[in-house]
Amino acid sequence: MAPDEKKAPYTVQIGPVHPALKEPVMFTFEMDGEQVKTVDFAPGQTHRGIEWMGMRRNPVQIVHLTDRICGICGVVHTLSFSLAVEQIAEIQVPERADYIRSILHEFERIQSHLLWAGVAAHELGFDSLLHLTWRVREQAMDVIENLTGNRVNYGIVQVGGVRRDIAPEQHPIIETCLSTYEGLLEKLLNLFLEDRTIAMRCRDCGILTRKDAIELCTVGPTARASGVNVDLRQDYPYAAYGDLDVRAILPEQYIGETHGDVYDRIVVRLLEVGQSCQIIRQCLSEIPAGPITAEEKLAKLLAICKKAQGEAIGRVEAPRGECLHYVRMDGKDSPTAWKVKASSYSNLMSWIPMLKGEQIADIPIIVASIDPCLSCTDRVAVVQDGIRTILTKEHLHRLSVEKTRRLQR
Amino acid sequence: MKLNSSFNRSLWVYHFNSGSCNGCEIEIVATITPRYDPERFGIKLVGSPRHADVMLITGPVVHKMKDRLLRVYAQMPDPKLVMCIGACGISGGVFFDSYNLEGPVDEVIPVDVYVPGCPPRPEAIIHGVVTALAKLERLQGERA
Repeated sequence: MAPDEKKAPYTVQIGPVHPALKEPVMFTFEMDGEQVKTVDFAPGQTHRGIEWMGMRRNPVQIVHLTDRICGICGVVHTLSFSLAVEQIAEIQVPERADYIRSILHEFERIQSHLLWAGVAAHELGFDSLLHLTWRVREQAMDVIENLTGNRVNYGIVQVGGVRRDIAPEQHPIIETCLSTYEGLLEKLLNLFLEDRTIAMRCRDCGILTRKDAIELCTVGPTARASGVNVDLRQDYPYAAYGDLDVRAILPEQYIGETHGDVYDRIVVRLLEVGQSCQIIRQCLSEIPAGPITAEEKLAKLLAICKKAQGEAIGRVEAPRGECLHYVRMDGKDSPTAWKVKASSYSNLMSWIPMLKGEQIADIPIIVASIDPCLSCTDRVAVVQDGIRTILTKEHLHRLSVEKTRRLQR
Repeated sequence: MKLNSSFNRSLWVYHFNSGSCNGCEIEIVATITPRYDPERFGIKLVGSPRHADVMLITGPVVHKMKDRLLRVYAQMPDPKLVMCIGACGISGGVFFDSYNLEGPVDEVIPVDVYVPGCPPRPEAIIHGVVTALAKLERLQGERA
């Protein structure tokens, strides 16, 4: 082979069959040896036209449609849409409803971050940790089921309030769950952060600099791990967060420095689990009595929404970052415009600087590190010197596990 | 087509997202983790359709995924079963009037077991796999 042919980059494709990804993505990597030279990706493989459907339904129906935008961020999308509609229709949400919304919002964050921690552990080949985190996650799911009636797609938030109250008998259940997590957090931090192998795989891997994070408009834990102090709960409080003391969690608070790598993203997410526990506890102690919805009768609520005219934006800090719903109502049953910007949408571009210069074996953990819910079955086709071989996700996972073993030696 | 004896005891499951909201995915992964632990019955999630006996499909089939679904289905070795998880794969669910759907899963490939719910609970998914197992045994009995 001529020397210049050796230099020619070859192409690796990943996707789009991504069973666990809410937006199946097709990646195209230009590789030089083991190193990623350039990255490109094409999202939009599960486009269902939700906004189009929403513009043909009324706000009460849309709330349940927004639940199904993403199975993990049920409260986030419903809350964000409701906030927008409430601003247009000038509906005053009762304080108690705001607190219940915040409690559920934080439980969602706990289960989402634990889910992510398990996926990250799996990508590193640490499957026992995956099973540990998912086992403890079930406890949060039990509490969510107890409070809302559903494990996923809660259907609890309604325009003008919430659909179910938290009874005093339910407080001990929440309290038990919180104290378990607070006790467990130390163990999880220890398992993830003191582990030599995880440090070796994640430290200085998939770096996103502060400058890149700001320029690419990264949001949520991905931005905070790069040292950007953004958190909607602190910057633009909604629901009950105005009364609560929420400060953005940055990696330097825990380890004294910011690298902007995968390790820092683990730090931020795990610490946020502890922060969520504190917020829920504070909410429970300060929750005021009163009604849980501004308008109980759905027909009346619809009549109010039908009269509403104007436009508004609902912004919510999702587990993955800022989620934004833009709604415009023109005095009709259904909104004339509805635009959703989910948090992963802002974060996807950060893959490009993160993946550049990294190895194939690092792709799974870096792709997972922004929490796009990627976990299961990727298929990879490698085109090398014109010969096409197919790598399964298992092969990719094996490469990742082998690298872990290599580093352990 | 004769089923071999090892097939009776362990079903390997492959999971395909044809445009789902992620809710069913989470419940499928929750199903394979320690609380429910179906691995003690040999039920295991695998990463390649070529290794799988059962395909779990979540979500309605969107335009872009139709061709991929057919290709993945063709890659699975016989005998194979298809399970449709969640309301939107069965009927379209909340997405019934979307312009981007190829229709419910059974209009694209044949489905053997339907698990309703939005999303179905892990217990329901395990029940679905057990139903699939019973169907396989019946098929085997008819052929024996």
